[in-house]
Amino acid sequence: MQDLSLHILDIAENSITAGADRIKIRIVEDIGANLFLMEISDNGRGMDKEMFEHASDPFYTTRTTRKVGLGIPLLAQSAKDCNGNLKINTEKGKGTTITATFQHDHIDRKPLGDIEKTMIVLIASNPDIDFILEHSRNSDLYILDTSEIKKELGDVPINNMEVIKIIKDDISAWLNQVNNMIE
Amino acid sequence: MARLTLDDLKKIKEKQKATFTLREGGYRAKVTVHMGTCGIAAGARDIMTALMDEISQAKVEDVIATTSGCAGLCAREPMVTVEIMNKPPVKYGELTDAKIREIFKEHIIGGNPVEKYALVVGSETTY
Repeated sequence: MQDLSLHILDIAENSITAGADRIKIRIVEDIGANLFLMEISDNGRGMDKEMFEHASDPFYTTRTTRKVGLGIPLLAQSAKDCNGNLKINTEKGKGTTITATFQHDHIDRKPLGDIEKTMIVLIASNPDIDFILEHSRNSDLYILDTSEIKKELGDVPINNMEVIKIIKDDISAWLNQVNNMIE
Repeated sequence: MARLTLDDLKKIKEKQKATFTLREGGYRAKVTVHMGTCGIAAGARDIMTALMDEISQAKVEDVIATTSGCAGLCAREPMVTVEIMNKPPVKYGELTDAKIREIFKEHIIGGNPVEKYALVVGSETTY
């Protein structure tokens, strides 16, 4: 994976496969504490004990199309490379939360990348799932909640391309603003 | 903080009222971008964004873009499956931005599968 937003897309795809209808992506950048944290939490079917124990094992997978599952191991490796770690919290029937932490200024920490692309791909291809993006950099906070947008849209589907464009522009505008800020 | 205003959404809502009924009859094509770990690492997200860009430029309302997991041919990613209503599905592999745009125009809109990029024709449909 070239950047962290691709890892987020990959982990969120697991949530979709787990039958979630609400997926929250939280990104915390605390420069003072030198912390980059990303967390993907869902209300999917969760993992049982056996699956949880094997989730970080690349040779364990629930799917039948191939015999290896690299999503979580790749993210765990990316985090470990940057003095961070990966935590999995899961409860059968309730959902799963995957949290990865990184040393913010570590030379090997991948950039966040195009999180707006990750979000629109998720939203456009899964109109029935509610997505929340919560991104903070120090004291600045951005929140996008598609369930609120859906309320306003009424009959217009959220994956209408004009709506998708507005969402993309909104996230881009936030990123521009926060990236151009003088720390 | 957010710039996304309710007015923007209301404008779209008004505009869409006119065209919305056209969608009721179903869709002409469904395009599935394979987004397993392998697909994402190989560039599936850019394929999906290019596809969404083409759909929005062509202003077509009856082409559905969606994602699925790994299709089992990780070495040939990024892959998509194009299903035109009442036609056998076609799987394409080793895609690039330019290839998916060509497939969109030729196959999804034009109805003619682009054989040079196709991996397989036939197999299971999802509709």
